[in-house]
Amino acid sequence: MSLIYFLFRQTLYFAIPLMIVALAGMFSERSGVVNIALEGIMIFGAFFGVYFIHFMQLNGTMSGMPLLFCALLVAGFVGGIFGLLHAFASVTLKADQTISGTALNMLAPAFGLFFAKTTLDGVSQVLFSNEFRITAVPGLSSIPVIGDLFFKNCYVTTLLGIIILIGSWFVMYKTKFGLRIRACGENPHAADAAGINVIKTRYISVIISGILGGIGGLIYVIPIATEFESDVAGYGFLAMAVLIFGNWKPWRIAGAAFFFGLMKTLSYSYTSIGFLNALNMPGVVYKLIPYVATLIVLVITSKDSQGPRASGVPYDKSSR
Amino acid sequence: MRNKPGFKVFLSSLLAIAVGLLVGFIIIMVTNPSQGIRAFVILAQGGFYKGLRSTGDVLYYAVPIMMTGLAVAFAFKCGNFNIGVTGQYTMGAFTALFLAIKLEGVIPSSILWIICLIAAAAAGALWAFISAVLKAYKNVNVVISGIMLNYIGMLLTVDWVKRFIFDQSKARSYTANIAVPKFGLDKIFSGSSINGGTIIAILVCILAWYILNKTTFGYELKACGHNVDASKYAGMNEKTCTIMSMLLAGAFAGLGGGLTYIAGSGKALAITETTLAEGFNGIPVALLGANSPLGCIAASIFIAYIDLGGTYMQACNIPVEIIDVIVAVIIYFSSFSLLIKSVLDQFMEKHPSKNDQKQIENNEGGSE
Repeated sequence: MSLIYFLFRQTLYFAIPLMIVALAGMFSERSGVVNIALEGIMIFGAFFGVYFIHFMQLNGTMSGMPLLFCALLVAGFVGGIFGLLHAFASVTLKADQTISGTALNMLAPAFGLFFAKTTLDGVSQVLFSNEFRITAVPGLSSIPVIGDLFFKNCYVTTLLGIIILIGSWFVMYKTKFGLRIRACGENPHAADAAGINVIKTRYISVIISGILGGIGGLIYVIPIATEFESDVAGYGFLAMAVLIFGNWKPWRIAGAAFFFGLMKTLSYSYTSIGFLNALNMPGVVYKLIPYVATLIVLVITSKDSQGPRASGVPYDKSSR
Repeated sequence: MRNKPGFKVFLSSLLAIAVGLLVGFIIIMVTNPSQGIRAFVILAQGGFYKGLRSTGDVLYYAVPIMMTGLAVAFAFKCGNFNIGVTGQYTMGAFTALFLAIKLEGVIPSSILWIICLIAAAAAGALWAFISAVLKAYKNVNVVISGIMLNYIGMLLTVDWVKRFIFDQSKARSYTANIAVPKFGLDKIFSGSSINGGTIIAILVCILAWYILNKTTFGYELKACGHNVDASKYAGMNEKTCTIMSMLLAGAFAGLGGGLTYIAGSGKALAITETTLAEGFNGIPVALLGANSPLGCIAASIFIAYIDLGGTYMQACNIPVEIIDVIVAVIIYFSSFSLLIKSVLDQFMEKHPSKNDQKQIENNEGGSE
């Protein structure tokens, strides 16, 4: 049983940031703006979040939960600024949306490394100590099964991820604003004719996307490292894959992220899982599991997969 | 001349480059005011800093990104975002290196390099073929299958390097002893790492340009990229288009991998589990080159040029990452091209050249 708890927690470490960043991508793409800048936004958010934690810990100004929340705010804020840059190029200037996405993906790690090296005496890694893990939530952790699954050795960010998931679903499907976002992503001309401000809606969606992406970046880094070197190992691109895998819908995205996280966990900890280890295959086979499994599932499920129709097309009032 | 669309693209690219360099200059001056100007001069000299040797090195470093850039641009013309270029490049690199090491002495090296390059292109094409077939027959998004295949390719090649061509003493793969012939280029650019790969890469770009712009096949590929439904209606097979465009793109990327690893410069495959950077670096090249094969030649040489300048500039204690910042800013500002174009159009309307004026007068005269 303890093995299952362990696997579940590991899965969440992978799945929660993936899900948050994929949801970030969802907001942007459902409004009609392709966001391949997710990787860059993650790096940017994580960099400034970690940078903030680094200095707060150095000066001892803040610690524990308040520090984590402030760092998340910082990450979300810079992510939002990045989103704004993307929105300006791809909404206002009507440029090809992969252009500014690629530029931002390139800018984020370069800027992070440059900034770190010039402000930290030539060192490119930003150090921080992980003081945010909760060994056991008082009270809740003694609930059988659920306590072990969710409330031991956990991070408050898991809860945040679940809140973001429910919030995203609510905004997207239960509010007027969500309806507008979806309208702009499917048929912006009809939306415009119905009196919706397409430009404004897309701007807000891309900025939300940036905020969530920045937060997701920081959440990705905190549990797995004690230093940050402006690299999230392609997680932003994986999140894009999860977004498409999840068919641009919040609950499916959560499912896809969890599936990928589980596969990734299995591939990393197969030695401690009896039946997988007993297969005695070369290590690379296990490492390939998450990627091959995703491809296979996609082959089965993609038949009717259809992204938002106007995604990737700049809105031009005069065209039809 | 001034009215050609290509001219406006060129002008707005120049403006983007100017803005990028300006931003870079400001950042350099802020971080290191005392040496800033000297550093920037070195950066701008880039490929001429050490004379022809540096120029040769620029042409050498341009090869991998020229090919991956072409792979992205070519697929883009046919409506696919080939983000799997990293995987295709990696497979090509491994295949060429593997054959070069294993067949050395079995096959004379004067033809072995050709075999290696062909095999590399085939390996890249095969890797892209998986994405293409999944897209054409199972509607699997090319972006997502490309990303997955990047990781699969990286993990597989790391494993194969460890198994088949592992150099214990250096903890990486062996290097190839055979190389693409230099065709006398080493005499012109003496001291640099340049080899015939540069010529091959440029020729392949021209070939790709020819296919896209001068053949029926290329026309069909572009038509499918513009509007699948219209192309279908006109009797084109969109599945064949997807598959063929991805196959060729993959072959270009794979060839790039081959050219890089049997260049006679002793490049080896590492066993760290990170994807090779040259793949993703093709995306900015393609964008800067406006997704045109000929544009890729210019864009890759430009990026290699300031990359080299950045390497020299490190002597002034400025982190080399400033180069990526500059390139990113340039690409970001190239998205302003629509805006710049419309400004240019307005400008030209207000200030027509003499030829234009004559034409306008003639037209007015004719209509009366």
